[in-house]
Amino acid sequence: MSARGSDVAPRSLTPRSDTIMNSTNHTLTSLASLLAAGEASAVELATDYLARIAALNPSLNAYVSVDAAKTLAEAAAADAARAAGAAGFLTGVPLAYKDIFCQQGWKTSCGSKMLDNFVAPYDAHVVEKCRAAGLVSLGRTNMDEFAMGSSNENSFYGAVKNPWDLAAIPGGSSGGSAAAVAARLAPAALGTDTGGSIRQPASHCGITGIKPTYGVVSRFGMVAYASSLDQGGPMAQTAEDCAQLMNVIAGFDERDSTSLERAAEDYTRELGQPLGGLKVGLPREYFADGLSGDVASVIENAVNELKKLGAEVVEVSLPNTELSIPAYYVIAPAEASSNLSRYDGVRYGHRAAEYGDLTEMYEKTRAEGFGSEVKRRILVGTYVLSHGYYDAYYLKAQKIRRLIAGDFQRAFGDCDVILGPVAPTAAFNLGEKSGDPVQMYLSDVYTLSVNLAGLPAMSVPAGFAANGRPVGLQIIGNYFSEAKMLNVAHQFQLATDWHTRAPAL
Amino acid sequence: MSLTHEDVARIARLARIEVSGAEIEAVSADLNRIFGLIEKMNAVDTDGIEPMAHPQDVSLRLRDDEVTAADRRDAFQAVAPQVEAGLYLVPKVIE
Repeated sequence: MSARGSDVAPRSLTPRSDTIMNSTNHTLTSLASLLAAGEASAVELATDYLARIAALNPSLNAYVSVDAAKTLAEAAAADAARAAGAAGFLTGVPLAYKDIFCQQGWKTSCGSKMLDNFVAPYDAHVVEKCRAAGLVSLGRTNMDEFAMGSSNENSFYGAVKNPWDLAAIPGGSSGGSAAAVAARLAPAALGTDTGGSIRQPASHCGITGIKPTYGVVSRFGMVAYASSLDQGGPMAQTAEDCAQLMNVIAGFDERDSTSLERAAEDYTRELGQPLGGLKVGLPREYFADGLSGDVASVIENAVNELKKLGAEVVEVSLPNTELSIPAYYVIAPAEASSNLSRYDGVRYGHRAAEYGDLTEMYEKTRAEGFGSEVKRRILVGTYVLSHGYYDAYYLKAQKIRRLIAGDFQRAFGDCDVILGPVAPTAAFNLGEKSGDPVQMYLSDVYTLSVNLAGLPAMSVPAGFAANGRPVGLQIIGNYFSEAKMLNVAHQFQLATDWHTRAPAL
Repeated sequence: MSLTHEDVARIARLARIEVSGAEIEAVSADLNRIFGLIEKMNAVDTDGIEPMAHPQDVSLRLRDDEVTAADRRDAFQAVAPQVEAGLYLVPKVIE
């Protein structure tokens, strides 16, 4: 048979039956190159990912909504744009959205029964930006209800499984996004981080994720949890991919009152700079009691790797680190109790079937629509904001917040970036902490302070714990230093291959 | 500090969340454990420290007073539990 026979694949893509693993193992940047070179079409890529999602999502539960017809229509439009010469760098590349971003025409449930029937009538700012860049939506990823949780066990749609070990949590609250990228059910995903919800699941699933400086990414259309802390950001295999997505989603938006008016920047601009002379700070409080031995040794090895690349290590101190837990668990519930008062069963979302008067309608609607962790945080927040308690709790927590932010500014006087663990242990088992909210809260000790200070931070794959579960290195930067942090992560990824490891599925 | 069942019932009323008699024991226990954690703040002297609301301490912007949103009532009411003639329906509140 001639080489042109019908059983030979077109151009360099492998035959249809083999493409599922091959095209879905690429990074975002590499898929963009395949599309630009005409070696794959957006429809082919979308088809491959949809097939892999159909095969693997039933065991992982990473996606809560998939709509193949919508995805393929977006992919066809991307191919048409490319054919017309109107393609940008990422046109036709697939992307998954955490179920917290309003996406017109898609169910936007935020992991809650309250919004199980809510089809968003508009796009979040970041979704508008991604659509404009030609990114193709693969669907909506699972999450802890209203982004409240560290294990993804608080979802109305059930827990996500960690692709590295189905008995383990994927982390939360962006657990579906992290699991989808780790399992190669998406080349990248958007997540949100209020107290660690991008970094901790990225660490537990062995992928790269960045929480930008507060105010850099618009919160418009992102279902609100704690407005002074919430920030959206990218999750992907590599720092380079995160930088590409930052170029798409960052920027001023007048519809978010806390969006910062700053000139656009190219987040890839520092990729390729050598690290010679970089000063990395190790906060002694991040390496004290409570950090597991295998996480500590992964971080130590990563720091040594960066030393080989020319970084200089200095010890710094963040003395108020432990206070971030009580301060966060006042501020976030207080803001949540206010934000979530909008779920009243009147304008959208769940409404109880049986009630007498209006107050009973509210009380039954909210009792039925919210899960137990969300109710707990609303009750805590209601109490700390109630008459006579505001100064003792909310105001006190906001003062501690300034102490925490001050610690970081002093530390950045001595170093360019701060390194440390993301979480005290690798992913714990499903069910291990779900009965004890306080135990769950304590596991957020290394991530909360970053949100309270409003700083950018990321998690980068750096190794594995003894039980085979991934461990991430946290890189914390000063305000607006995302490009520098992304390059630190990029240089680390050029020298190591942790980010290329994928679970066997 | 320890929240009593009556305290929790009052907070639940303020939050407009029905907490049944069967749930109140467990909810109270959880809230008391959480406040046990929160009260570690009390040991810190914060006299004279300015509370921090926004990391960049920016003040809220003002914009020109002009109409910027389109009328999308039908789209927004398509997701409402109960509407009639462009109005949201709720139980009677005035006798």
